Order: sequence, then C-alpha cells, then structure tokens
Amino acid sequence: MSTGVAEAADQTGSAGRLSGGLLRLATCGSVDDGKSTLVGRLLYDTKSVLADQAAAIEEVSRRRGQDGPDLALLTDGLRAEREQGITIDVAYRYFATPARRFILADTPGHVQYTRNMVTGASTADLAVILVDARNGVVAQTMRHGAIAALLRVPHVVLAVNKMDTVGYQESTFTAIADEFAGRARELGITDVTAIPMSALTGDNVVEPSTRMDWYDGDTLLSHLENVPVGGDPVSKPLRLPVQYVIRHPSQQRQVVERWPAGQLASGMLRVGDTVVVQPSGATSTVAGLSVLGKETDSVWAPQSVAVRLADEIDISRGDMLTAGPAPQMLRHITATVCHLHDRPLRARQRVLLKHTTRTVPAMVDRIDYRMDVTDARRLPGQDGLGANDIGGVQIRTAEPLAVDDYLENRRTGSFLLIDPQDGATLAAGMADARTGDQHLRQ
Amino acid sequence: MLEAEAAHIFREVAGEFDRSTLLFSGGKDSIVMLHVALKAFAPAPLPFSLLHVDTGHNFPEVIAYRDRVVEKHGLRLDVASVQSYIDDGTLRERPDGTRNPLQTIPLLDAVRDGRFGAVFGGGRRDEEKARAKERVFSLRDEFGAWEPRRQRPELWQLYNGHHQPGEHFRVFPLSNWTELDVWQYIEHEGIELPEIYFAHWRKVFRRDGMWLAPGDWGGPRDDESVCERRVRYRTVGDMSCTGAVDSSASTVEEVIAEIAASRVTERGASRADDRLSEAAMEDRKREGYF
Repeated sequence: MSTGVAEAADQTGSAGRLSGGLLRLATCGSVDDGKSTLVGRLLYDTKSVLADQAAAIEEVSRRRGQDGPDLALLTDGLRAEREQGITIDVAYRYFATPARRFILADTPGHVQYTRNMVTGASTADLAVILVDARNGVVAQTMRHGAIAALLRVPHVVLAVNKMDTVGYQESTFTAIADEFAGRARELGITDVTAIPMSALTGDNVVEPSTRMDWYDGDTLLSHLENVPVGGDPVSKPLRLPVQYVIRHPSQQRQVVERWPAGQLASGMLRVGDTVVVQPSGATSTVAGLSVLGKETDSVWAPQSVAVRLADEIDISRGDMLTAGPAPQMLRHITATVCHLHDRPLRARQRVLLKHTTRTVPAMVDRIDYRMDVTDARRLPGQDGLGANDIGGVQIRTAEPLAVDDYLENRRTGSFLLIDPQDGATLAAGMADARTGDQHLRQ
Repeated sequence: MLEAEAAHIFREVAGEFDRSTLLFSGGKDSIVMLHVALKAFAPAPLPFSLLHVDTGHNFPEVIAYRDRVVEKHGLRLDVASVQSYIDDGTLRERPDGTRNPLQTIPLLDAVRDGRFGAVFGGGRRDEEKARAKERVFSLRDEFGAWEPRRQRPELWQLYNGHHQPGEHFRVFPLSNWTELDVWQYIEHEGIELPEIYFAHWRKVFRRDGMWLAPGDWGGPRDDESVCERRVRYRTVGDMSCTGAVDSSASTVEEVIAEIAASRVTERGASRADDRLSEAAMEDRKREGYF
C-alpha cells in the first residue's frame, strides 16, 4: 500500500517535476476588495507574467493616466469586464514556483455571482477569502465562508487586504482575524489562516512585509506552497464510475474483450480484488487492469483506468464498480443545492439528475428551506429557489443511484440538476446520504 | 493527473455523444491531444474521426506530418479547405493576407455536415485571457458563437453535454495544461513532432516584429528583405501570421529549457492575429472561432 500511495503522489506532479504536487485554489472577495489586484500580484511577483503581457498592461495603464501598472488588468479578460472594471465570470489561472504548481479559480464576488464562487470552490483544496481591512468582516465575507464550508473546501485563508490603508496596524488585523475565526467555527470551518497583506504594495503576498514586523506568520505564497494538498482519496473505499466500455477482439483469448473504463473517484484496485457492480449488485473479480492502454497490477485514484472482469456480466456507462463499505442505493435524496439558473427551481419540477456518469429523470419533491448564507440560518416554508439561492431539497429519482455522503466523497456525493427541455444546468447538489431515504420512513 | 483528467474528458464525450470529431492541425497541442485520446481508448481504435481546417497556407512539413500520423494510426481525417472556399468565391481573401479568421465558416460547415455534437480542440486556458474564461465543455449556438455571459457553470468534474438541435460543444481536454506541461508531456511520452518545432535554418523576413516565412501566401512585400536565420516555431498555424523565434534548441530537452527561461508568451511571440486588438481572441470566439 505504502509504495502505491507514494507512486500516486509522485504522479500528481507534472511528469514528476515538482515534489509538492498541484494545489487547486479559489479566490473570492467582494467588489473593490482588491481581488484582481491580489491575483495580479501573485502572478506578477511569482514571475508568471511574461514580458509581452507586462508591456501590454503597462501601456494601457499609462494611457489611462495611472502611475504604476494596474495589476487588475492582468485578470479582467473580457471586454465587459474591462469596460466596467469588474469581474463577471470564473477564470482559471496557472502559475508555478519551484515548490508546487497552482490552478487558481478566480471567482467574482458580486452577490449575483454566488454561483461562480460555488463553481470555483467545487474543485478547490483551498479558498482565499478577501476582506478590506477598513471594512472588516461583512455579510459578503460570511457568504464566502458559508460556501467554502458547504462545499467542504479543506483549507481557508482569510486575506486581510489593504493593510496600507489602516497604517499597517496590528490591532485592526487581530480584531478582524478573531471575529472571522469565531464565526467560521460556527459554520464548521476548522482550518483558517489569517494573513495581513497589501496586494497594492506587495506586502506579505509573495514578499514578506517590512512594514508589519509584528506579524511572524507565512506570506500568502509560502502558505500556499506548504499547505497539505487535499484529502487522501486513495485510502477511501473504491468508487469507479463506468464512463465507457472499451471493446476489442483479443487474439489471445479468442473473444471480444470488454474493458469498463473510467476515472477512479476514490480508492485503489488490484488484480484479484472482488468488486461489486452497482446498481445490479453483481459481484466479480478483477482479471486485468490497465492505465491508459498499459497493463498493470494495481491502480489508484485519481487515475483514469480500464478494468477486465473475470465474469461476463452486464456492465455499461452509468454503472459503478465499488468495494468496501457500499454506497447507499437511493431513489430519494436529501441534498443541499445551489441554484445556478435564472429560472427558479420549484417543488414538483421535473429535471434530469446527473450523478457521476449516470443521468436519470428526477423530480424535486420538496424544498425544505432556503439558507441565509450570511449566517447559515435555515429559512423554511419556501416554494422555490431563485438564482444563487442555496437550499435544502428532497429529490426523487426514476432509478436508484449509488450515492455517498458529500462529506465523505466530493465526487460521488455531488450531482447536477439539468433542464430536460433545453439542457441548461439548473442546480448543483451535494447529497446528504446519511438521511437519504429517511423522510419516507418517517 | 492532467493526463487522467484529459482521458476522463475524452471518455465522457465518447459516452454522451453519438458523433464527435477531433480538430487536428499537426500543431503540438493537437498532437498531444490525439496522443491522450489514443491512450484513453487503447487498445480499441478511436471512436471518432479527425478534422483539419486547412487554410491553404500551412507549412508543408506540418501537412506531411499530419498525413503520416493519420496513416500510422489508421485514422479517418476530414479536411475542410479554406482554399476551396476562396476558389469558388464563398470567401474573399483579406487585404492583410491572413487566413486565420477565414477558418470559421469552413469549420462551422464541417460541424453541420458531420452532425457533430462535440468537437475537440487543443485550446489551453493559459494561452490567452479570453480562453482563461472558457469552459471545458463550451456550448456554441448554430453560428458557433461563444457567449461568455451565458456559459454553463462547470462544477466538480460533472460535464453537462445536453444540447438542442443545431447547437454543439467545443470540448477542450487540455484546458488545465500550460505550455510547459505540454512540452514535458512530449518529453515524457517520447512523442514525435513536426521538425519545424526545432531549430533549423530558414529564409525569413521581418514584419511587425516577427520573423515570417516567405511563401505563396503573399510575403514578403517589396519593401521587406529576406535573410537566413536559425529559428524554430513555438506555435504552428497559418504561415501568414505565425512567427518564428530565434533559437538553437534542437531537442525537446533544449526546448523545455528555452521555454522555462523565456520572458515572452507563446502567443505574444508568434501570433500576429492576436495583436489586432486587445480583445482579438474574444471577438473571434464570439464569431465561432476556436
């Protein structure tokens, strides 16, 4: 086992180049908290901005009569964003240091773009929540905290920005950090690191500040370089959603071989292991394994693999190979959903539900509550959820689904609700499998 | 991990769509994309065809490479030819001679005629800031248009491939790769590339700060003079707008060292059409370009 995990860890680096692997992070902040400047600063000071890009923003800044380069111009990529000086949509940025490589989901902070933060947070190992040192913790800060908690982002950084505007005072920083820590605990966030910084002047972003010698913690970048990455999907029970069945005639065995293929959501698998196919419940033994065309003895998450089973059993896209504690087979799902679409989500609405590689007709049975995301309070008695609302729902599906609790497994505990008419993505859901079918039994 | 993610994307499309195609230009990104695709379905053949939108001004070395690869793997290649659209008068040559913007209509016609639900492209989000905003599954209307305000949110690794008749998806399996990732993967997997990616002596002339290769496309003009330099290409596209860079890197390893030390992006160094305006890429994508 230990060798397998070590090899798996090695494979997460790009071609084994970097030992620290890959960190996916999301940045969120209210309008004017300086988020674009912070992201620009991270890119600029890690030398991820190349000469032609730097020259381009320097020229535009000069044309607009600004003194130094406006780092926000590095990230606001769309016409409408540049015109309005705001960020509309999630953008992904890439940078690397000798220690680690990073994929940064740059998510806009407007209230009406909550869905974008949910999008960015869904794959993040770490969320950077910005506050303006002059304003401290505001409703929007707690909204970001609640979303990070809900989506189970493992680490949170509170970036107390614009310290230059409050005279780099320690007391201001401490008051904000303490207030957020207290309220974050109520939301269930356990890992918070607060860092005082100024993205404008570059203090404590990449370079340690000389103006805040009272702070002896990490800069933002060194924290990002050292924080442990993600959970450990390899140690969880086997979950392999079948995406596609590779068929090819085998000369050796005189048959057409069928290799169910997919990406391991969690766990590991060896030749000789017993697996259960969901939802049929059929059992078989692993006769062969391959990682992208190369046969091997063992595989682990998050590799994309193909499996040959010892028995000729019916298996196709939408099935899931499992081992260890079985996922629940649910036709009634209790879930928290973030509604993403402008058309509201209503009780009794017919939808399609996409869970791993399986899409089934479903119905929203009931909307239990809408969450006030500034304090995670549940507001019951709702008949619908509007765009950017987060709420609790009961969903009934046409076929049983192999669902894990989202707290246990982000990949097999999440789903999308899709409009069957135009195919639009309506909502993103996180299953509460522990209470799954209970409301029926009550 | 990036390879596993790209394979996941290929298999999702193969599972969800009846008809799809992979855009193959013979450039390094499409070569890497094809390499991952072949592995994702191995030992079975690819469940989709290849499509090349040929501007008519491609580098001959690249076309030869393209045909070699197609032959070697027994693939099916469709070619949408910009030249034939010009010959029959459907498209008109632009005054600046570049044919990159002319690719959009032959591409959209090929998508319509092939009834493709999904078209794989080798685009990477690190290439350009409008690309940084694009989804892995990017929905396009019947005009191929990209509307940044109406993109579908993309969460976890759940890709929604539902669409209405006439609409199609552009799918980008290499979204999260960087230029360096692509080159390191080429080294790791020992992938063969067209020789123009490596240093060679070539007749070139200077235009708008770039070394362009003379050719039937119309360069050089009378006031531009040709000289011979040791160069290589960082991107490969239409000859009229793809610039060479001075280089002595003749192996993959040397190319990687050169890129790691480079202070200029690949598009800034070698794509004239991105310089037309601050939002050049965004504008072309809205019109249906990749």
